[in-house]
Amino acid sequence: MSYLLKRIVFYVFTAWAAITINFFIPRAIPGDPVQALITRSRGQMTTEAVQSLYVLFGLDKDASLAEQYFSYLGQLLRGDLGLSFTYFPSPVSQVLGDGLPWTLGLVGITTVLGFLIGTALGTGIGWRRGSWADALIPVTTFVSSIPYFWLGLIAIALLTGPDSFFPASGAYDNGLVPNPDLEFIGSVVQHGILPAFTILVSSMAGWILSMRNMMVTVASEDYVTVAHAKGLSDRRVMVGYAARNALLPNVSGFALSLGFIVGGTLLVEIVFSYPGLGLQLFQAVGAKDYPLMQGIFLIITLSVLLANFLADVAYLALDPRTRREG
Amino acid sequence: MTDAVLEIRGLNVDYGLGEDAVHAIRDVDLTLHRGEVLGLAGESGSGKSTLAYGLTRLLPPPGVITGGEVLYHPDGGDPVDVLRMDHAALRRFRWAETAIVFQGAMNSLNPVHRISTQLTDVIKAHDPRGTSAARLARARELLHLVGISADRLESYPHQLSGGMRQRVMIGMALALEPKVVIMDEPTTALDVVVQRQILRQLVELRERLGFSVVFITHDLSLLVEFSDRIAIMYGGRIVEEAASADLYRDPLHPYSHGLLNSFPALRGPKRELTGIPGSPPDLRGMPSGCAFHPRCPHAMERCGVEVPVLGVPPDKSTTAHVAVDQRSPADRTVACWLHPVHDDGF
Repeated sequence: MSYLLKRIVFYVFTAWAAITINFFIPRAIPGDPVQALITRSRGQMTTEAVQSLYVLFGLDKDASLAEQYFSYLGQLLRGDLGLSFTYFPSPVSQVLGDGLPWTLGLVGITTVLGFLIGTALGTGIGWRRGSWADALIPVTTFVSSIPYFWLGLIAIALLTGPDSFFPASGAYDNGLVPNPDLEFIGSVVQHGILPAFTILVSSMAGWILSMRNMMVTVASEDYVTVAHAKGLSDRRVMVGYAARNALLPNVSGFALSLGFIVGGTLLVEIVFSYPGLGLQLFQAVGAKDYPLMQGIFLIITLSVLLANFLADVAYLALDPRTRREG
Repeated sequence: MTDAVLEIRGLNVDYGLGEDAVHAIRDVDLTLHRGEVLGLAGESGSGKSTLAYGLTRLLPPPGVITGGEVLYHPDGGDPVDVLRMDHAALRRFRWAETAIVFQGAMNSLNPVHRISTQLTDVIKAHDPRGTSAARLARARELLHLVGISADRLESYPHQLSGGMRQRVMIGMALALEPKVVIMDEPTTALDVVVQRQILRQLVELRERLGFSVVFITHDLSLLVEFSDRIAIMYGGRIVEEAASADLYRDPLHPYSHGLLNSFPALRGPKRELTGIPGSPPDLRGMPSGCAFHPRCPHAMERCGVEVPVLGVPPDKSTTAHVAVDQRSPADRTVACWLHPVHDDGF
């Protein structure tokens, strides 16, 4: 348990460091958000408007860096991430709130599904080593080396078009208002199939490959032979003795990939114009929308930390050798 | 004839298929009698472990059994050929009738499961109707049997010492009260003190529970002490089989002689340890004739040409202590041209 506590302290410290860096980096950039907004409106602003913007962004008070830092921390605790430039005057937290569910829904579901299906397939293929199933291995190696945005481009080029069932962009039909009714959900699913499919195919291949290789390694361990000699059923040996141990390296890989759900699918969201965080980040970079970028980076950092923490917990739960007791 | 529990007849095991196959076991005949400890000795690569894996059908690929039969005689039933059992029958046979204690004490237990899980799952697999409380009680009893306190039940393997782990494995082997326990170098990874403790315990348990043991080791000195009969393997064949006292006093095969001379006696005058010159044969390119002839100090011309047949040596068929025992002279066999065998139908 003390091990877990140490990890928690470590993660809290890392999170603090990330937040602090997040605070200082934009302040190291020349110019200020008001200047950026003036540039965006091509200078067509009255002095009063500029002045009120300074008040709005809190830049009128001549606060010291330390004061700014602590008020930043305070705002952060209240979930206040400032105002977005691109979606002005929406607060960043609201913009993120709009994008996050789409990213979590699309990439989260496909990441989990890809892991589950890939691991199950890899288990089977590794267990029946030398059978026809081994022929799948070169295919998965090939597929796993394809970047998924490229797969997405190919899918769009081949499968979408004016008469196609698959839409090429967006998360739902533009004519619909987000409601939890059947029509809207159907539209979401219809829009999600292609991007989900491309992520699933390329991420699954990696899981199949690593699980298969671990299964082959573990299957020659003595305790697997002992399990056979004990007359346990083939299924029990495969699941309880081989797959259970082969899973361990994959679990930490899976937890890490959870951390990259938010940041890792930028390209898929761009390719499919999917309104998630990735697309928002892309737009924020294009528009020099620093508050939004900051907010997204913060979410990416925190999700990677959370995923690492989950990996630690999962490992503790699955591998008794990592527990430092007795 | 003494009561046989396991009869191996003409067993052949290859690694690989076709032209490149390596013959690891050739025409091995071996009989294990009820309640005895049969020692199986030989250098590394002589096929001892392959024999153990082969007769339980646990050979890892590319091992293939290419011929022979392994007859198991259940109590008061007809003998069954283990090599021709279907999967379900084989699964019921394993552990319930023939349990194995493997070479790697350290790796025989799955590191992520508790000792209790690994002791009870085998009981559950063979008797799914029992309650989990009964299984746990049995697991506790098994640990007690091998001298480990029951509170270790909830430990993980890495929390036990090597000796304790091997004891757990022995306890596990006895879980279903098998008639035969095969021990494949069970104590090789342990230091001599622990080794001796475990073996003594094993002998005790055998006297109490009455199972038969096939004890595989490269350490002939251990076998001389702990086993009733010893079979010596060389290059995939059995070259000599005798009561352990006979073998110790009067080894007939030059290879057995060499093995016995490679460890010092505890008492008696000092003598120079000779060992055996050369190294074990490469199974891919076995010498013609007797596989041992390139290393044999008594090699004759005939040895390089003809494979000697395992049989009863004429000149040694009645030694005094064999006559005292009720064993027939056929209990002693050797495959060497120094002791040419009568043509008795082999």
